[in-house]
Amino acid sequence: MDAVFLALILMLSIFLGFELISKVPATLHTPLMSGANAISGITIVGALISASSGTEGTDMLATILGAAAVMFATINVVGGYMVTNRMLSMFKKKDVDQSGGKS
Amino acid sequence: MSLEIINLWYVVSAALFIFGLKQLGSPATAVRGNKLSSIAMLIAVVVTLFNKDILPWEWIIGAILVGSLVGAITAQKVEMTSMPEMVALFNGSGGIASLMVGWAALYNVGNTTFTDITILLSILIGGMTFSGSILAWGKLSEVINSAAVVFGAQRFVNALILVAIVVCSVMFCLEPAVDSPYLYAVIALALIFGVMAVLPIGGADMPVVISLLNSYSGLAACAAGFAINNNILIVAGSMVGAAGIILTNIMCKAMNRSLGHVLFSGFGAVKEATKVEGEVKPINSEDAFLILEAAQSVSFVPGYGMAVAQAQHVVRELGELLEKNGAEVTYAIHPVAGRMPGHMNVLLAEANVPYDQLVEMEDINPRIDKVDVAVVIGANDVVNPAARNDENSPIYGMPIINVDQAQTVFVLKRSMASGFSGVDNPLFFGDNTRMLFGDAKQSIAAVVAEFKT
Repeated sequence: MDAVFLALILMLSIFLGFELISKVPATLHTPLMSGANAISGITIVGALISASSGTEGTDMLATILGAAAVMFATINVVGGYMVTNRMLSMFKKKDVDQSGGKS
Repeated sequence: MSLEIINLWYVVSAALFIFGLKQLGSPATAVRGNKLSSIAMLIAVVVTLFNKDILPWEWIIGAILVGSLVGAITAQKVEMTSMPEMVALFNGSGGIASLMVGWAALYNVGNTTFTDITILLSILIGGMTFSGSILAWGKLSEVINSAAVVFGAQRFVNALILVAIVVCSVMFCLEPAVDSPYLYAVIALALIFGVMAVLPIGGADMPVVISLLNSYSGLAACAAGFAINNNILIVAGSMVGAAGIILTNIMCKAMNRSLGHVLFSGFGAVKEATKVEGEVKPINSEDAFLILEAAQSVSFVPGYGMAVAQAQHVVRELGELLEKNGAEVTYAIHPVAGRMPGHMNVLLAEANVPYDQLVEMEDINPRIDKVDVAVVIGANDVVNPAARNDENSPIYGMPIINVDQAQTVFVLKRSMASGFSGVDNPLFFGDNTRMLFGDAKQSIAAVVAEFKT
C-alpha cells in the first residue's frame, strides 16, 4: 500500500479519535483508558503476520519474535477487555441499582 | 481469502472499533461499546488467521492460549484499588508486542527506507512504552520508591540519549540489516529512554503518565501498522493515541501544569511554600456522628488515601445511612484524585455508589458553601487552599475542590504528615476544620457504628 494513502488514513483516524473521545464524562475516564488500552492490543494482528514471515525455516528468530509478540498482545487484548467489562458492569444508576428496593 | 477480502473485513472491524469507542463515552452504553470493540478485535484476529500464510500453527495457538490465560486470570483477580498498576502492565505488554512486531518486520525482504523508518519508530515507541510502563507499575505498586527522582544532569543525559537514538537510527537506515549493531543499540536506548522519562515523575503526577503511556501504546501499534503495511493497525492505533492525548491533556489542565512541566521537572521544591502554622482541632467519632446527624447536605471528597485504606465500602454505607437520615449526599471528585484518570469513580462504583451521585469539581464548587459537612477522605493536594491563596506554593494555580468554604470540614487522616507533594495544607488549621485521625476505614466504620446504635 502506498505510504501517502496510509498517512491519509492516519490523519483521518486521529481526527476521528479526538472527536469521539473529547466529550467523555470524568466517571468513565478509567474504563475508557483501559478500553482504549485493549484496542491498542490490535498490534496482535501485526504479530500474527510477523510470526508467519519466517516460514522458510531460516528466520527462526522472526517466528520466535512473532510468537512472543502474539503472546504479549493477547495478554493486552484479553486482559484489557475483560477488566474493562468488569469495571463497567459495576457502574450503576440509582434507580436500577437496588434490586427489589425503592426506585 | 484474498488480500482484498481480508482488507474488506478490516474495514468492518475498524467501523466496529469506532462505534465501540463512541459508545464507551456514555455510562448507559459503555458496556455495549466495550463488547462491540472486542468483537471488532475478534474479527480482525480471525480474518488474519484465515490468511493462508499464517504458519506455524502450534506456535501461534500456544502463544494465544498462554496470553489469554494470563490476561484473563489477572483481569479477574485484580483488586479495583490496584487498577492503575494493572493498566500500566497491560500497556507495557502492548508496547513490547509492538517492539517485537517492528523487529520481526525487518525480516521481510524488500523493505523501503520509509518502511525501515517506521520499523524503527515502532521499536522506539514500543520500547519506551514497555520500560516506562514497567517503571510506572513499580512506582504505583510501591515496589520501588514512588517519589520523583530528579538529578542535576537529567536534561543533559536525556538530550544525550535522544541524540544517540537519532544517530543510531540514521546509521541503521543507511545500511539496514537484521543483525546490525545499530538495531540493538536503538532497542537498548529506547528501553533506557522509557525509564528516564518516568523516573522524574512522582506519585501524584501518575494520572498524567498513565494516560500518556496509554497514548504511546496506541502510537506504537500505529507505527507497527506502517511497518507492515496494515491499515487496521493504523486506524485502531491512532485512535488510541488520540484518546490518550486527550486524557493526558485533561489531567494536565486539572493540575494547572503543562505537559512539559509534568514530564521534565518533577515536583521540585522550586519555591518554598509559606509555612502554615496553627492548631489542629481533633474530633472523635462520637462528635463526628452528632454533627453528621444534624447535617442536611454532606459531600464526600475522596483521594488516594481512600484507595489505600480500602474504605470505599464503608463510605458508601455511611452515605446510605445519611441519606436515610434525610441528608443530601454527594461525592465530589477531583479529576486527578488517585493515581489514574477516574480512579475514584471506579472505586465508588465498585462499592455500589450510583454514578449520578458523583459530581465533578466544577459542579460542586459553586454550591460548596451550602454543603453542611464536607468529608475529606485521604485527599490532600486536591483540597489544599494554598493552591488558591499562596503564590509560593508549588501547587499554586491548580484548581481545587474548595472544601474550606463548606460549613464544616472533616479531614480523615492517618497522622499529621504532609501529603504526597510535601505541601503543607492550611486546610488542616481552618476554623471550620475538624481532624479525624486514624485509618480512614476504621474511622468511618466507627461513625457508622454510632449511627446504628
